[in-house]
Amino acid sequence: MTAIGDVRRRRIDELAARAGQVPEGEGGVSLTKSAFRRLRRNPVAITGAVIVVVFLVVAAFAPLLAPRDPLAQTLLGEIRPGFIPGAREGFPLGADELGRDLLSRLIVGSRQSLLIGVVSTVLGVVVGMALGVLAGAFGGWVDTVVMRFIDIILSIPSLLMAISISVLLGQNQWSLVIAIAVTQVPVFARLLRGSMLAQRGSDYVLASQALGIKRSRIVFGHVLPNSLSPLIVQATLSLATAIIEAAALSFLGLGDPDLARPEWGAMLSNAQDFLSVRPELAIYPALCIIVVALGFTLLGESLREALDPKFRR
Amino acid sequence: MLRFVVRRLLQLIPILLGLSVLLFAWLRALPGGPAQAALGERATPEAIARYNELFGLDQPLYVQYLRFLGRAVQLDFGNSARTGRPVTEEFLERMPGTIELTLFAMVFAIGVGIPLGYLAARRHGSWLDSASVIGSLLGVAIPVFFLAYLLRLLFAVELGWLPGSGRQEVRIDATRITNFYVLDGLLTREWDAAWDAFTHLVLPGIALGTIPLAIIVRITRASVLDVVNEDYVRTANAKGLATSTVRRRHVIRNALLPVATTIGLQTGLLLSGAVLTESVFAFGGVGSAIFDAIFARDFAVLQGFILILAVVYVLVNLLVDISYGLLDPRVRVR
Amino acid sequence: MIIEDVPPDAVDRSGRPVLEVDELTVTFRRRGEQPMRAVDGVSFAVAPGETVGLVGESGCGKSVTSLAVMGLLPRRGVQVGGSVRLDGRELVGAPDRALRELRGADMAMVFQDPLSSLNPTVPIGTQVTEVLLEHRDLSRKDATAQATDLLDRVGIPDPARRLKEYPHQLSGGMRQRALIAMALACRPRLLIADEPTTALDVTIQAQILELLRELVVDSGTALVMITHDLGVVAGLCDRVHVMYSGKIIESADRHELFARPRQPYTGGLLASVPRLDGVRGAPLHPIRGSARDVIPWAEGCAFAPRCDHAQDDCLTEVAGSTVPLEYDGPGRELRCRHPLEYPRSPAGATAAGAAR
Repeated sequence: MTAIGDVRRRRIDELAARAGQVPEGEGGVSLTKSAFRRLRRNPVAITGAVIVVVFLVVAAFAPLLAPRDPLAQTLLGEIRPGFIPGAREGFPLGADELGRDLLSRLIVGSRQSLLIGVVSTVLGVVVGMALGVLAGAFGGWVDTVVMRFIDIILSIPSLLMAISISVLLGQNQWSLVIAIAVTQVPVFARLLRGSMLAQRGSDYVLASQALGIKRSRIVFGHVLPNSLSPLIVQATLSLATAIIEAAALSFLGLGDPDLARPEWGAMLSNAQDFLSVRPELAIYPALCIIVVALGFTLLGESLREALDPKFRR
Repeated sequence: MLRFVVRRLLQLIPILLGLSVLLFAWLRALPGGPAQAALGERATPEAIARYNELFGLDQPLYVQYLRFLGRAVQLDFGNSARTGRPVTEEFLERMPGTIELTLFAMVFAIGVGIPLGYLAARRHGSWLDSASVIGSLLGVAIPVFFLAYLLRLLFAVELGWLPGSGRQEVRIDATRITNFYVLDGLLTREWDAAWDAFTHLVLPGIALGTIPLAIIVRITRASVLDVVNEDYVRTANAKGLATSTVRRRHVIRNALLPVATTIGLQTGLLLSGAVLTESVFAFGGVGSAIFDAIFARDFAVLQGFILILAVVYVLVNLLVDISYGLLDPRVRVR
Repeated sequence: MIIEDVPPDAVDRSGRPVLEVDELTVTFRRRGEQPMRAVDGVSFAVAPGETVGLVGESGCGKSVTSLAVMGLLPRRGVQVGGSVRLDGRELVGAPDRALRELRGADMAMVFQDPLSSLNPTVPIGTQVTEVLLEHRDLSRKDATAQATDLLDRVGIPDPARRLKEYPHQLSGGMRQRALIAMALACRPRLLIADEPTTALDVTIQAQILELLRELVVDSGTALVMITHDLGVVAGLCDRVHVMYSGKIIESADRHELFARPRQPYTGGLLASVPRLDGVRGAPLHPIRGSARDVIPWAEGCAFAPRCDHAQDDCLTEVAGSTVPLEYDGPGRELRCRHPLEYPRSPAGATAAGAAR
């Protein structure tokens, strides 16, 4: 780039900054910083963040934290119809219907549940973003084709969509991840396309075009970064949905069949049969799911508040 | 207005076509293909070959698709591998139950959600406000099927207040006209049958309605808080209107616009939730049929039911769009 | 365009003020934040048929003053002190019900943005008739007839059709006319117009101002004009109060003020307006900085940090006392230690320009 190019670039940055929605990059430090400052003062955000961090740490160090082998059927001798061993020394929460330590299974299970939630959401974001950028940046027939495709996916209620994909791909954890990811794609695609279209008509983009900036530079240098904050908010909220959806698919018998990987959704569905005998077998994994989902939701909502210009000041 | 409706109907055509392609491809891509779907998992290779020949599955794909489409337009989705009955027949038999259930859930969610959200906003910062915010956050975080199990355990099994499974007590010999059990009871003046069918809706309905309830409370609350600060509400106050008039005409009316949109979007959630709730309560509607079909690998039923439900969903959203046009004059003109 | 066939003797020309505002203070208290005094001891009066301008930059407290007069400030977190009397009736501390009876009937307000000030989902007709139905004992039919009349009077063509339309179907000027019609529906004694022309095109601005002027002259309504636009002041107001940082800093009759602004702030406002009859190429003299660069009145003159004439005693205040608002010749008041001076002969006194 020549010197003139640099001057132009700087002027675009100025214009973008003045548009009020500053990109994350060079000019955007103040916005990110101020959003972060608002987050730190918000008790809701702190609660959400603490929950999420605690569960992430537990998941990361699960094998070290689990007091027992989550797969070993230690108390098998005591299991009779209608009796499942309760809490005792060494088994703080008791054992499940196969005599495996419940606490250890919950701890190790956090890995699988979070992994499925995170991977499927990341996948959904990446694909959704690609489609959204395609539609938003090119417009015209590309936009029409992409959006019609999204509409078709959206016309199938999300769980039914996930069921069809799971059935199609067979029972394994990747089919679960893909099934959930597909239901997430439309949200992100529409979100990104919407905010790109909204910005396409905005003054700073028109000004950039008037200055003769290349389209790719406008899209990737300004429009896309400006669209990121709603995307981050939505992704955080979607993590909660993904984890709950994974549990629902497990309940429908479409979960991960590998017994070596305990997972909250599967634990919850297995425990339903013993609900009247030992309700805590279901309640503990359910609580884990609820608390994690709540954590992501709280974090997402407070992120939205912190990043939304409407709430500023 | 009519042009608006016609245009929206025309926009449906590509979506419905795309949907049929998707589900056609889905059945084709399944291990074993449509033959296995129709004959069940234990079909012999010979039987499959005979089936393929019989139904033209050796023809080029586009011919097969056009046939599929032709039959789908006549509401023919083949037969269930499990029962051997036509998919459409099974669907029509089970749909009334699901409609009753989703209607109950929606009425519950709207009837409780809008007043609660409004009150929370009016008493912004009070304990009621905080409680409804926390409750609505919890409402979306609870897995539906777990809530359904909890409700059933508590109110049906432990306390015995309400029935916990099915749509009607077996001992009641009710006359069937429409398969809407509550409606049938009312039509035939079999009041106890109607009441019994209604009590069967309560627990699954509440379980199913909880997520929409949580969302409606939140949207209503946020929307009322927004509208209260609008300039036109200040104008209304500057005109010296009575507080009740300001609230009715200027606050609530406008605050309900975004709520109306969400209610439309909830239909998808309801249909998804129905699969989970109905199977917990062995409700015998479309949802439990899908649940059974997954376990029985009854792909013809899955394909047909999903396709019909998707069409229902699309049509409901169309209705919502149209009613939104009635509520907001700005949409009508465009 | 006469607002109502008012018999001449019904117009109150006694000169007794309709509105008396006395030492009005408005303090905003937010949790965890310093209390903020937006209006600080403001006093003025408006007589029937008189038009008084409240002038200043955004944030000077002029809009808050008008909302306080109307009783439209939220009750929570806002403290209103001093006195506001409408025809002798005290409004500060009056119960909400009493204020609602007065608002729309005896005092009315026109807001800045006509689009957002009208309810988008309610037809114009309903929004006009609801004032009449609230305050007057009328049947729906009579109210509609009066509303048609009103729209006609404020210059909306084809009023019967317009009544059935929604705000987004009207042009900006039409919307403001409709808002004025609503405000005048019950023939109020006091009308407050808060920047009524700011959101409109220039040509429409003039029409709306003309309309307001006619209404005031014909019906003897007291009009408070809130604006930052000196052109509006010049065209409409009898008396002008210039506000800065919550206080009135200069009061004068319009001609006096434009001929000889005494507060340097007023002088600055006048000098920053381009003039058609000025020398070509003559530079404008904008006021430095913005309304945010203030010091508290307790520490001196709030305008001092931006003032070209400020001297040391403007910034270092003698313990506790603020710069007082003092008599400054007949009909004039001034809050300034070092005002602009003019030669004795009035003929050459056009330092900052006369009325446009």
